Amino acid sequence: MEFFERFAVPHPSPLIYASMVAIGLTILAIILGITYFKKWGYLWKEWLTTVDHKRIGIMYIISALLMLFRGGADAVMMRLQTSVPDNGFLDAQHYNEVFTTHGVVMVLFMAMPFIIGMMNLVVPLQIGARDVAFPRLNALSFWLFFAGAMLFNISFVIGGSPDAGWTNYYPLASNDFSTSVGVNYYNWALQISGLGTLMTGINFIVTIIKMRAPGMKLMKMPMFTWSALITNAIIVFAFPVLTIALLMGTLDRQFGTALFTSTDGGMDMHWANLFWVWGHPEVYILILPAFGIYSQIISTFSGRNLYGYKSMVASMVIISLMSFLVWAHHFFTMGHDAFTNSIFSVTTMAIAVPTGIKIFNWLLTMWKGKIRFTVPMLYSVAFIPLFTIGGVTGVMLGVASADFQYHNTMFLVAHFHNVIIPGVVFAMLAGLTYWWPKMFGFMLNEKIGKWAFWFITVGFCFSFFPMYITGLDGQARRMYTYSEATGFGPLNMLSFFGAGLMAIGFVIIVYNVLYSIKNSPRNIGNDPWDARSLEWATQSPVQSYNFPVTPEVESADALWDQKKKGSQIFKGKVEKIHMPNNSGLPIIMSGIMFVFAFSFVFYIWAGVIISAIAFFACMVYRTFEKDDGYYIPVSEINETENKNGGAN
Amino acid sequence: MKIDNTQPLEYSTEQNEMNILGFWIFLGAEIMLFATLFTTYFIYADRTGSGPTGADIFEITPVLIETFLLLTSSFTIGLAVNAMRLQRKNATIAFLAVTLLLGAAFLSVEIYEFMHYYHVGAGLQVSAFTGMLLTTLGTHGAHVTFGLFWGLFILMQIKKDGFNPRTANKTFIFSLYWHFLDVMWIFIFSFIYLKGMM
Repeated sequence: MEFFERFAVPHPSPLIYASMVAIGLTILAIILGITYFKKWGYLWKEWLTTVDHKRIGIMYIISALLMLFRGGADAVMMRLQTSVPDNGFLDAQHYNEVFTTHGVVMVLFMAMPFIIGMMNLVVPLQIGARDVAFPRLNALSFWLFFAGAMLFNISFVIGGSPDAGWTNYYPLASNDFSTSVGVNYYNWALQISGLGTLMTGINFIVTIIKMRAPGMKLMKMPMFTWSALITNAIIVFAFPVLTIALLMGTLDRQFGTALFTSTDGGMDMHWANLFWVWGHPEVYILILPAFGIYSQIISTFSGRNLYGYKSMVASMVIISLMSFLVWAHHFFTMGHDAFTNSIFSVTTMAIAVPTGIKIFNWLLTMWKGKIRFTVPMLYSVAFIPLFTIGGVTGVMLGVASADFQYHNTMFLVAHFHNVIIPGVVFAMLAGLTYWWPKMFGFMLNEKIGKWAFWFITVGFCFSFFPMYITGLDGQARRMYTYSEATGFGPLNMLSFFGAGLMAIGFVIIVYNVLYSIKNSPRNIGNDPWDARSLEWATQSPVQSYNFPVTPEVESADALWDQKKKGSQIFKGKVEKIHMPNNSGLPIIMSGIMFVFAFSFVFYIWAGVIISAIAFFACMVYRTFEKDDGYYIPVSEINETENKNGGAN
Repeated sequence: MKIDNTQPLEYSTEQNEMNILGFWIFLGAEIMLFATLFTTYFIYADRTGSGPTGADIFEITPVLIETFLLLTSSFTIGLAVNAMRLQRKNATIAFLAVTLLLGAAFLSVEIYEFMHYYHVGAGLQVSAFTGMLLTTLGTHGAHVTFGLFWGLFILMQIKKDGFNPRTANKTFIFSLYWHFLDVMWIFIFSFIYLKGMM
């Protein structure tokens, strides 16, 4: 029994026991359901072993949505706890765990996979490619991310959640102050999923550089593809920093080194530096693809080409470089000299300039356009003013001297939610609605979608605008409660009300998906939105080989050219198409990695050694494996195209 | 699979070209990884707590041996790729084998060096300096160890299948990796050992 005691949750509460039961029942229901409907074979062959970028994209997005609800539940619990003074719903320790997991889940296991899922779905289609450069690696990326996400999510029922904030600062995250295995989970879950993300970065850079359709020069790529290229470059250069930071954290916690300690020469501040050298570029990894999505949507629904294409690209490149030069603004108050603070203050304000350029480009794209207010466009239009407010408060925080007032208050919380929610979350919801017909061959209901939009947008304003005020009045972030005398009560109640509206909005989106699966018309053609770029030139849903004939393009708006100027995208003849084989190796390797990391979290060295050997054996198998893929014959392509009324 | 005969074998297919570009980008990530390690090491180099300093524990002899071994192996992997371009199978295998042996010898000396540090009281847990020194060297050493196995399996594939776009591509990419480890060692030699001994 002693062996099993390590898995006990250190601070159990009825809520956690209820979650354990719920998780157990859900897993049981899923397994029984799949067995009952005899879907294991289908699931394994078509999904779990797939290397098709579109299916991997869909799996990323499903995971992201699940994590959105997990992180959302955390958010509602926090708002409920702080809705009235001296509330006893959560105790201090439980509240610490909830804000930690909320942050990690939302940034790394919701926003990241959502973005990478969108890239997977859209980028190969936008550049006219058959798949990504390394399809097998792409599957491994997904499954590693998934293993990391699952590892992180079981922490609160097995062994205890991390409780040192998503920024995980030392010494708080050290064994002395974070006594459960929670921070071990943090280290390993991020390490594994970070490995997957790094591989995605390499994969997409090569894909975009090498696999573009004939005629698509770099400066003729659709804007989302541009944003993906730059984002992946940031990923490749930022994630190794996190790898080292997490390794050092693991060494400190599990091998007794003195790297982030305050004794024996250790330097706890160095964690903060490394974390934010990765963390600030990470912010732009989140926002740049969102900018790309808005660019596509605003251009489509204004009926105009994107204003200032070159300045859009230039500003993204400048942002990507500058994103590595602003990290110290996250801790102005932690004892740098005035000169250091001044430098980071200036770089922080300067990075607002290229972002501002982009805002004006979107406005000028809409100028004199014939705007159609569809659901994706509504999110995009709401994004512009809301994100600008978030940006302006960011510049306020960038003033180092003033930051001493704002630092670690709800003002900061309001600021970064104000950029991330209208920036990233709105973009993902807009992109999901926009590309939904490309994925599944039917559209989401517009009317229900608009209800969801209004609930989420109004809910957002109610949730976060009050925090600016309470923050300026001195309400600290991450405090689980406050006294009535502070007067923060009513505004916090308003925030809780807003959080409720947002929750309703997300439930409406789920309802919309179910409603549309049942009721939406199916034969919608290739191009239901009257859009402009290449992905809309092929069938909805897209066939496994994407394009029957390699497309040739003349501009970023290839389909628009075909529709308005009469230029032909598909000129060649149908030839046999080379496709990669499915493989079970990625999911098996990620499963082994999960066991490895789980054993490491709990110091079960036998498990660590066995799984390390098994992982190595998989790599050996892979190097000796010969897999040249297969060809789809012309007859089969013609048959598919005729059946679906495709492009030819 | 289209084969372009105007290119060297390792570049002859589209997939091969993408593999090589992808690996260069991976090396870019590796540079960031080692840059982070070096930066951290330099910050920690004088934070020795109550433990020994670099000047106390560094010995020039094993380090020089390691340097000669690894630099020579970088030369022999270059010869291996050259032999491959000349379609000389046995020469390629021989040079590859020499490279791996030199790598194994390097690793043995490094293990000896680590044991030495442990005996003179510079273990992993002693101070921030020793912890970071061993982490940085250990990360490099782990890369070399991984490379030894990887190179061995590629050698076996050349022996079995001869030169084709697949094996040529793997050999070339392995050579990039091996050269990269050598470059990292030059930084370690100059900025960790030599600077530490001054």
